[in-house]
Parts: sequence; C-alpha cells; structure tokens
Amino acid sequence: MSANVAVSLRGVLKEYQRADYSVRALDHITLDIASGQFFCLMGPSGSGKSTLLHLVAGIDRPTNGTVEVLGSAIGEMDDRSLARWRSQNIGYIFQSFNLVPVMTAAENVELPLLLTHLSKRERRERARSALEIVGLGDRLGHRPQQLSGGQEQRVAIARAIVTDPSIILADEPTGELDAQSATDVLTILKTLNANHDKTIIMVTHDPRARQYAKESRYLDKGKMTEMPEIQ
Amino acid sequence: MLIPITYNFRNLLVRKTTTIMTALGVALTVAVMLGVGTLVEGLRTSLVAGGDPQHLIVMRQGSTAELVSVVSKEDFDVIKFSPGIAELDGEPMASHEVISVVQLPLRDDPTSQANVSVRGLSSMGIKLRHDVELIEGRWFTPGKREMVVGQGVHGKRAGTDVGEKILYGRGDWDVVGVFSAGQSAFNSEIWVDANLAGTDLGRGGSLSSVLIRAKDSVAAAALQNLVEDDQRLGLEAERESEYYAKQMVSADPVRYLGMFVAVIMAIGSCFAAMNTMFAAVANRAPEIGILRLLGFSRTSILASFMLESVLLSLLGGILGCLLVLPLNGLEGRIGNFMTFAETTFQFRLTLDYIVGGLIFAATMGVMGGLLPAWLAARREVLQSLGDR
Repeated sequence: MSANVAVSLRGVLKEYQRADYSVRALDHITLDIASGQFFCLMGPSGSGKSTLLHLVAGIDRPTNGTVEVLGSAIGEMDDRSLARWRSQNIGYIFQSFNLVPVMTAAENVELPLLLTHLSKRERRERARSALEIVGLGDRLGHRPQQLSGGQEQRVAIARAIVTDPSIILADEPTGELDAQSATDVLTILKTLNANHDKTIIMVTHDPRARQYAKESRYLDKGKMTEMPEIQ
Repeated sequence: MLIPITYNFRNLLVRKTTTIMTALGVALTVAVMLGVGTLVEGLRTSLVAGGDPQHLIVMRQGSTAELVSVVSKEDFDVIKFSPGIAELDGEPMASHEVISVVQLPLRDDPTSQANVSVRGLSSMGIKLRHDVELIEGRWFTPGKREMVVGQGVHGKRAGTDVGEKILYGRGDWDVVGVFSAGQSAFNSEIWVDANLAGTDLGRGGSLSSVLIRAKDSVAAAALQNLVEDDQRLGLEAERESEYYAKQMVSADPVRYLGMFVAVIMAIGSCFAAMNTMFAAVANRAPEIGILRLLGFSRTSILASFMLESVLLSLLGGILGCLLVLPLNGLEGRIGNFMTFAETTFQFRLTLDYIVGGLIFAATMGVMGGLLPAWLAARREVLQSLGDR
C-alpha cells in the first residue's frame, strides 16, 4: 500500500446471510483512496455505499477481501483495539446527525474527547474550537432540539473533527437538509479537506455534492460502474 | 472511561412521568420495609431500655413470663439475703413483685378495650428502675389502694388521669400519679403496692417474680447459678435485659408479614425498573450505537445503564424514606404475647434503617437494570444505529 493511500480495498466481498438466501452488498470491490482526497461515492439506494463506509470505519467486517485504512488491516483487529483505533483516526457523520439529545452542542462535541487523556479544560477548549470551525461558536449551550437541521449537522461535523482524525466518513450528510443548509455543510467539508488536509469519503444521492469532491465514483448493485449522466 | 453521569440524570428528567411512576413504586416498597423497621426498632428500643444487664428476674422454673410465675414470700426471703446482691441504704436491692392485667378502654374509642399490665411492687422496686421519674401527682402510699400509671398508658387509655378510679382486683383504686420510664416498656404499666395487690388478687404472699440487682456483672452470673442450683427453690434467674429482649417475639407477626409484603412489592418494583430501563434502551438505541462508534466500550454502556437504573431506584428510596419520616416518634402499641398486655412504644427511624432502605432500593435498581443494561451493551454498533 502506497504511503499516500489512505484507504485500500482489495477484492472486498460483503454478503448478508438471511434465513434462506444471501444478499451481496459489495461484489469484489477493489479501490484506493488517496490521503487528502475528497472522495464522493454515489449510487442508488441499496447499492452498497453505506456498507462500504461501514467497512472503512471498522463497524462491519468483509465476508472476503481486505480493508486497509491508514496502513492498518482493520479486519485483523479485535473489537477493543478497533474501537480505540477508530476513535483516533475516524470521524463519522450521519444523515440523521445522531446527536445525544440530552446534551448540549458543546457536550456532544466533547464526547469523543472523554476517551482521551485531555483535562476537562482542554476538552472544553477543543470542543469550542471545533464548533467555531463549523460556525457554531455561539451555540455551545444549545441542545439539539434548539438547533435547526443544518446546525445539528454542523455540530455532528464538529464532533467528527474534534479528535483531529485523518479521515472523515460522511454518510448522506445532506440527506435531511434544505438546499442552503446542504450547501453550508458541503462547504465546511470542502474547507476541512482543503485547509485542514482531512481525507473525506462521502456517500450521497445528492448530485450537487459531486461538485465539491475531487473524485467521484459510482456504485450499483455492489459493483463500481461508470458514472451515469446526471440530469 | 465512563459516560458522564449527567447523561443519566438528564435522561431521567426527560422521561419525567416514567421516572416518577417507577420511583414511586420503589418508594412504596421502601416505605413498607422502613415502616415495619421503625415499628420493630421502636419496640426493641422500648423493651431493651427496660432491661438492665445487672438485674436478674427470678421466676418459677419453666415460666416464660412473670404473669404465669409464682414466687413465694419464703423463697423471696431466701433470695433477698443471697450474697452478691447490691444494697441501698443498708437494704438489699430486691423487689418481690406481682404482675396481672386490667382492661381499660381507649381514650378516643371507649368500646376498644385492651389489657394493661399492673405491676405490684415495693418502694425498692421503684428505686431499682433508675430511669423512672414521677411527672404528675405522687407515688402510691403502701397499704393504700392507689395506682401510678405509666406515661404510655396515661396517653392512650381512658380513666387514667390523676383523681380518676380504676376497677382492679376487689374494688376501685385511685390514680394518684403518672410516671415516665424513658423509652422503656414500663411506660405501658400501672404500678401499685405489691402487698395490697397480692391480697386483692387472692395470692397472699405468693407473688409473680423477684427482681434483684447484683453488685456487678460477675456477681450477677454467680447469683444466677446460685438460684438455679438451689433445689429447694425450684426457681430460675434470667438477666432482665435478656428477658425483655425475648418479648421481641411479639413483633414477629408484623415483621414477617411486613417483610413478606415488602419482598413481593420489591419483585414488582424490580420489574417496573426493568420495564423502564428496557424502554430506555429501546428508545436510545441510536445513541448507544453512536457511543460505541465513538469508542466507548461495552463495559461503559453497561455501567451507564446500570447507573441510571440505580439512580432511578435511589430516587425512589429517598422518596420512601421521606414517606416514612412522619412516623418517626409517633406512639404505637402492640399486643405483647408474653405479658398478654399492651406494650406502647415510639416508632423509630434510625440512620441504620435509612441506609438499609437506600441499599434495598439500590439493589432493586441493580436487579431491574442488569438485564436491559447487559442487552444494551451486547448490541452491535450497526444494529443500534439501524434501530430508529
């Protein structure tokens, strides 16, 4: 694996076993994503986009093939090592934000830092900085229900970057947002990639998102195919 | 690293209604347990306060209570001059006493009658009870049909005011005073002159028991052996403190019934806590997924949900203690199976019982929270994130 490759998938097969049949979500995928890339993976629902993201995050394991992320074969790690590795190297952004509703924006962002050795003061400071990067420095004490969808997603981005991970995985980050909020979120992701050297891997249905990425690929029925013409 | 406790507090606050209902269930369980506890503790205090370890009660062999014992004047004279008995002003500290009962109505319900112990004793008998003091009127005059009533009797039973008369033995006796015996069971007695009571009851010189004070603890043990080894007497001696402690058997039916009810309620409360925590786990599945994704371990998830269940139950425990608090110091009464009379006591909520109640509540939280917390911790990240 080349030094500037952040993510490398080799012959990755992922099948889900059901009672009397199996579903092939990824069909022998081979893919390299360079460090510092803003990679956009598109495709219809059920094409395997999110599954690929889960494999890269180490929250699911391939049926066959290898997944290497930042030089680590994550399929060989046990649960505990994988959790520690993930908390240091991966930031994850969801379509539905997944903030803890009883915690403030600052507390939500601080949450991953509880697993570090930082002092309480340092944690607070870093959470504040992360929220300032996403333009929410004035919403530290707001609970998720006091924020708009776009603001919630920005808090989720702050939570994803607060540990300073090398890779940010974004699963349909604009899926539940209005056009303006979606633009704001994509702009932030682009800034993180351009100014903070984060490798961004985003899966999306949103054709506008493609314009923000440096590289786009299309996944259909678990296989990489040609990008179709987008109307 | 553990998930912050504020997360659990706030989740309990968010689910106010469920939290309150579950906590109330636990509170009632703890209240029942503590209610029984305060009764038992109050009765124990009352009975234990009546017993002095340096005092010996001498009764007929095989007698379980003074009421069914007979000790003759001759036997009393033998015992009275035994070595090892303490003296007061040159007199041996020994009292020949007779116990009987009289029926008296309640002050606020004249139709409700109960047996009250009447103790015939000498002036030395009064001096032997060191916590006793006259709080109204005067002591009875030996040789006169006069009674002095304990504070507990005076508070509850009609006809016990100074100046009133009580029908006892062969006629009316004048109430001439009221005494307090601290927290001891003597408060539940009426005291009269022993000789006159013996005559009125047709017992002559054969009374019920003898109370003696030994010079010290060693002398008490020697006296106990002396009395029991003397084949002529046919008597046995028992430490006064042990004699009264045995009367705790009177509280057993209440204690066992109370504990039975508390255990049944506790099982119900465990299920209520379990139900609440299952709902919490189900509602917060995506949060569990996120916490695991961020790197929190299964142990952290287990600890967090267990903690929440314990917090919920402890809230109930505190409520239960508050519910029982008004009982503390209230006067209660219970039928004493050994004296066949009523014993009054004060409900006592001690720190030990409060701590015990909170531990009981926390245990319910642990029992109720264990399974939901374990299931929460067992969930895979993707499974949790997919549950919405």
